[in-house]
Amino acid sequence: MPIKTEICPSLYQDSVVLMRIASEIRSRPGIHEAAAFMGTPSNHALLEEVGLGTEESLKAGPNDVILTVKSETEAAAEAALAAARASLSARRSTAAADSEVSPRTLDSALRAMPDTNLAAISVPGAYAKFEAMRALRRNLNVFLFSDNVSVEDEIELKQEALSRGLLCMGPDCGTAYLNGKGLGFFNVVPRGRVGCVAASGTGLQALASYVAALGEGISHGIGVGGRDLSAELGGAMTVFALEALAADPATEAVVLVSKPPHREVMARIEATLAKIGKPTVVCCLGAPANLGGHALWVRSLDQAAQAIVAFLRDRQWAPRTFSDPVAARARFNRMRQHGPETGPGILGLYTGGTLAHEARLLLEPLVGRVAFNGHRCEGKEPHRIIDLGDDAYTVGRPHPMIAPETRSEFIRDAGRSAEVGVLLLDLVLGRGAHRNPARPLADAVRDAGAAAESAGRRQIAIASVVGTATDPQGLDRQVAQLVDAGVLVFPSNAEAARFAAMVVNPELAKRLLEDDTR
Amino acid sequence: MKPVAVFDDALRVINIGLEFFAEDLRAQEVDVIHLDWRPPTGGDQRLASILADLDDDA
Repeated sequence: MPIKTEICPSLYQDSVVLMRIASEIRSRPGIHEAAAFMGTPSNHALLEEVGLGTEESLKAGPNDVILTVKSETEAAAEAALAAARASLSARRSTAAADSEVSPRTLDSALRAMPDTNLAAISVPGAYAKFEAMRALRRNLNVFLFSDNVSVEDEIELKQEALSRGLLCMGPDCGTAYLNGKGLGFFNVVPRGRVGCVAASGTGLQALASYVAALGEGISHGIGVGGRDLSAELGGAMTVFALEALAADPATEAVVLVSKPPHREVMARIEATLAKIGKPTVVCCLGAPANLGGHALWVRSLDQAAQAIVAFLRDRQWAPRTFSDPVAARARFNRMRQHGPETGPGILGLYTGGTLAHEARLLLEPLVGRVAFNGHRCEGKEPHRIIDLGDDAYTVGRPHPMIAPETRSEFIRDAGRSAEVGVLLLDLVLGRGAHRNPARPLADAVRDAGAAAESAGRRQIAIASVVGTATDPQGLDRQVAQLVDAGVLVFPSNAEAARFAAMVVNPELAKRLLEDDTR
Repeated sequence: MKPVAVFDDALRVINIGLEFFAEDLRAQEVDVIHLDWRPPTGGDQRLASILADLDDDA
């Protein structure tokens, strides 16, 4: 199938804009594949890898846009490229019209808005440190979404930030809330009394959404990036953020969501928790539950939300396996009565890394070893969790929260597998995410179910949704589409994971459906 | 304990990178300037890295 390439010279567009253009032209009739990238060395390598590199594309430099299509006919290719050029032109003329308010440099932007207090930075990783350091040196707090920043650079950035009393949220920070405003990919939640420090990706999104569902809100959600509690980073930004929430009058209770701190860092974190002086809950996924001391340590994100809200309302709280055990039992019994047993394996297909991690941690004590991503464990584990947002699955593709197609492919493949009895899924709503992600997910689940059924097999899809009624997608509307496709939707990822365990191992039901603490 | 100043003030943001971040801030009535950002040094990453080091020493 012929590949046609066009280069638009000296035109910079961000990666999301280009991926949206590529998506639009890919869906045109007669188009088999399409790509839109800046001509950087890594993008050239990527095009080669996916078989879309051409002699023409190699001529593009890092400031040129490469448009490439693989199509059945020349005519289809021409039409597609013309459409892509038109999209790019439209953006250019809008930008030109706005050029009075779109400065080219940080310093000219600061002249236009001298009381700027934050730089939100999401440039490619190679430039991230440069831009972030410049912003910090002009006394701006930084929200740093970019990843592929080295540990050494992260250490320097955070030291600079801390020496000036500034936040450096990231690198690799996907979500943050400041003064009730969301940054990056975020769910629309009320402003309220719960302050959160998070590594932050879907962990903070889930916590904020669960807190909102319980009728409370978020004062600030400070992301510190995934490496802050490592030995090299030492947790300094986490400590700074916790202290800031402790001193903030609008914050009445504090939640820390993260991976377990390195043991050398743990003492520092505990010392900080001891001085907060407000109710504090810690959810370090993978750390042993450590009840007592100055904070309550919980095992899952939904427990963190429940516990912090209980503290705020002066109520007792104890962990439960299901928030509504009666309903869970009814669902379980109904499921057991209808149809054959399912295949032996759980396949978790996740768009949120923290949620994938949480599911794995909850499943392993219940069902045994769970393989993760592409890694093979010893023996043939029936259970696997895949974090489709991981770098391994997003080379050259948009993140699955923006573009559901990758996961849909995996789901349809699973429908053809006798081994997969349960699909365990997350659905993340909010600003930045796909406009209606439930629809392609529901369609894929239906197709997988039909394939399984026609082979005389049974496959059950179980999901939870991270989102709120005020998100652009609307929580209820998303849940309804999933329910319509036969998906069993639970109020949290932890409950969904537990139910999945019960489906493949029904003997667990006796233990899990008793309303006891687990 | 030093409070973080940005907690007390309205958020005023300069956005450098993905344009939809600026759009989402504007939708929340946050004052935001979206920078018309290009990779410095014409996209040459090695040169950018040298530039960053020079900036450090400035």
